[in-house]
Amino acid sequence: MFSWCTDPNAIDGLAWLSCYLTTGKHLSIYVSVGTVLLLLAITAPVALAFGFGGAMAARSHFPPLSWAGRAYIAIVRGVPDIAFFLFFVIALDQFFEWIRHEVKCPDWDQPIRQGNDFVVCAEAKLPLSTAAQWVHETYGFSLAVLTFSIVFGAFAANVLFGAMRAVPHAQLETAEAYGMTRRQTFWRILVPQMWVYALPGLSNLWMVLIKATPLLFLLGVEDIVYWARELGGSKTAKFTDYPHPDWRVWYFLALLVFYLAFTRVSEIVLDRIMKRLTHGQATMGGEAQRKAS
Amino acid sequence: MKSILLGTAALAMTATVALAQDTVRMGTEGAYPPYNFINDAGEVDGFERELGDELCKRAEVTCEWVTNDWDSIIPNLVSGNYDTIMAGMSITPEREEVIGFTQNYTQPDPSSYLVLSGNEGIDLGGAVIAAQTGTIQAAFVAESGATLVEYATPDETVAAVRNGEADAVLADKSYLAPVADESDDVMLLEQDEMIGGGVGMGLRQSDTELKEKFDAAIQSMKDDGSLNELLVKWEIGAPF
Amino acid sequence: MSCWETIADYGLRSIGIGERLLPRDNFTLCQQVTLIGSGMLWNIYFGIVALVTGFFLATALAVGKASKITPVRKLAEWVIFVFRGSPLFIQFFFAYFLFLSLKGVSSAFDPLTSAWLGAALVLFLNTAAYTGEIFYGALLSVPKGDVEAADAYGFSGWPRFKKIVWPTMLRLAWPAYTNEAIFLFHATTLVFFSGFPAWQQRGDALYYANYFADKTFNPFVPYPILAGYFILLTLCVVGLFGLINKRLNRHLPKERRQKMRMRPRLLMR
Repeated sequence: MFSWCTDPNAIDGLAWLSCYLTTGKHLSIYVSVGTVLLLLAITAPVALAFGFGGAMAARSHFPPLSWAGRAYIAIVRGVPDIAFFLFFVIALDQFFEWIRHEVKCPDWDQPIRQGNDFVVCAEAKLPLSTAAQWVHETYGFSLAVLTFSIVFGAFAANVLFGAMRAVPHAQLETAEAYGMTRRQTFWRILVPQMWVYALPGLSNLWMVLIKATPLLFLLGVEDIVYWARELGGSKTAKFTDYPHPDWRVWYFLALLVFYLAFTRVSEIVLDRIMKRLTHGQATMGGEAQRKAS
Repeated sequence: MKSILLGTAALAMTATVALAQDTVRMGTEGAYPPYNFINDAGEVDGFERELGDELCKRAEVTCEWVTNDWDSIIPNLVSGNYDTIMAGMSITPEREEVIGFTQNYTQPDPSSYLVLSGNEGIDLGGAVIAAQTGTIQAAFVAESGATLVEYATPDETVAAVRNGEADAVLADKSYLAPVADESDDVMLLEQDEMIGGGVGMGLRQSDTELKEKFDAAIQSMKDDGSLNELLVKWEIGAPF
Repeated sequence: MSCWETIADYGLRSIGIGERLLPRDNFTLCQQVTLIGSGMLWNIYFGIVALVTGFFLATALAVGKASKITPVRKLAEWVIFVFRGSPLFIQFFFAYFLFLSLKGVSSAFDPLTSAWLGAALVLFLNTAAYTGEIFYGALLSVPKGDVEAADAYGFSGWPRFKKIVWPTMLRLAWPAYTNEAIFLFHATTLVFFSGFPAWQQRGDALYYANYFADKTFNPFVPYPILAGYFILLTLCVVGLFGLINKRLNRHLPKERRQKMRMRPRLLMR
């Protein structure tokens, strides 16, 4: 990176550190911070959408849909996320390839499962094996986002389901008295009001989501904890220009600071959103705001 | 008539396979020097990187390296996320039931014990021996009657000996030797254990054509001595 | 070998009773179900120990965070912030590192590096922090009228807390606390996965599921078995907590007895 880095053995102190911290391998950990943030930014709305769908299904008046919604919430919430991550991504990937296979290669006559192998026609591969490496990585990343969203969607569904029931019934009755249809009541009265009840639960879910990111490496995404372990492990001079003993403690300390800082910032932002949402609501918080102003 | 039909079918299949394998994706772990590791520049490096690139050249295919967690390295191969595994993987009967292997490109690598210096008189039968979870060494220690203690990474097994949690580590000799060389506080025991066969390249069992290509490439490297050069360069076991 | 024999041999394998060696080949479904079930003993042990001990520290942390004495409040706030703000993954790493250093100081600390004590301690602190925050939220929501009534009856200090404030706090916090208990049982799978070493192949359910996935190269059998066990465990936890909830609310008139209804304001974690 820097001009003085050509012979790391000859330098020490800060110069050595500046070279050490800017090796290509260290750049990977900095990139992975971005990857984690990007994943969180995409997962949050997608999981919320899954949660919304799940909650709507669960409170549907059509029994099979309601059962499906409740089963989704109960099953996914009942299983530890690690156990889920360990097999679900491969299953999801195979499922997508199988669908594409059925569509794109209708006259393929060989079985999909040949012994232990899962074989689909070349056109159905996801991504195509001719695709560039970044396509593969993006695909892997999207699978991770989807898996995270399905898991956290179940928790979000649970929160939203509770929030929908927490909206005072009188509000809905009033809406009906004004001649609103069921659908209108749902979208114009229930949904705008439920957020204030849902936000504390969703905030906590966001905190849990942040803390689940060390499991990303199980989904094939190289996250910060993966790199911290890789970089921090002891290195012998034979395989690197920067040999060092076991430094994982320092790397994990940096991660600890990162996570604590991120949590703190999230808390502050979520507090502000809560204040804004509370404004004008028929809750104790809203009442307090009204009196204060 | 029938044979002609079969012939065209086979031809058609070769065509699709060739299309599928314009780029061969090589799966590795990237955490097991000297076989494979991530170098300072953040790229896959090591004995298998160099060997694999040469094999691809000889087999006339373009190759791309991808890293994958050791735990799921075989499930991801059989479900088609990459086409080969070169990750210091010993050829064992259990693995051969699930995936195919090329011929071995290293001799069987002995496993050795790493202990604290001055502790060479240790009685291995009654000792606490550390190994990485899910390795052939872990299975070996479990059967031997010594007390097995398993860690998630090879690094932690060595750390366990240093801090006294375990009396010895059992791991591949080529992994432990550089560790013992570079520090005075730990050393290797004289005694080696021969467990596991040589290391080979893993492929899907249905990928017979690719397997033949790489088999031929490995053979040609064995014949002209270039494989031995690599083995000596990276200090991996005995040459062929 | 019949399935009964397998259960006799491996049913208690995770705590070191039964066959010394794990099955090596010809894995049957029965072996997988038995061994993974045997590993569940550890998950249940960690969960119960952390839950029971964590309950008391959580109460202390909640009271501490609501305290008017600044050092006490700051201490409680920091404990809650650090343990809620960092991944359990990293907490296990540091705890193991710390316990190893302590071991060097005195052999009295030896058991800390074993999972049964060390991991239980980390889980205890972790769940105490999460529960403490839930209890704190509930404490602030205790109706003012309850406390005023207690004052009027001459309650004060410890009796007032024990007889009036604490039961109301528990009642308010219970649904969120149920959620925390579920999360805690799930978190126990991290113990051998990333934190502590497994001795003589005695591990938790995930350890054995991992073992089978590793040996059979097929993740689609052991992990769903593990998932099944956890769904059962979750149902038991929810059922048990529901019973306690009923008891907590038994004094209320029937129509006001809340079912296990979520109070989103208190849904912590």
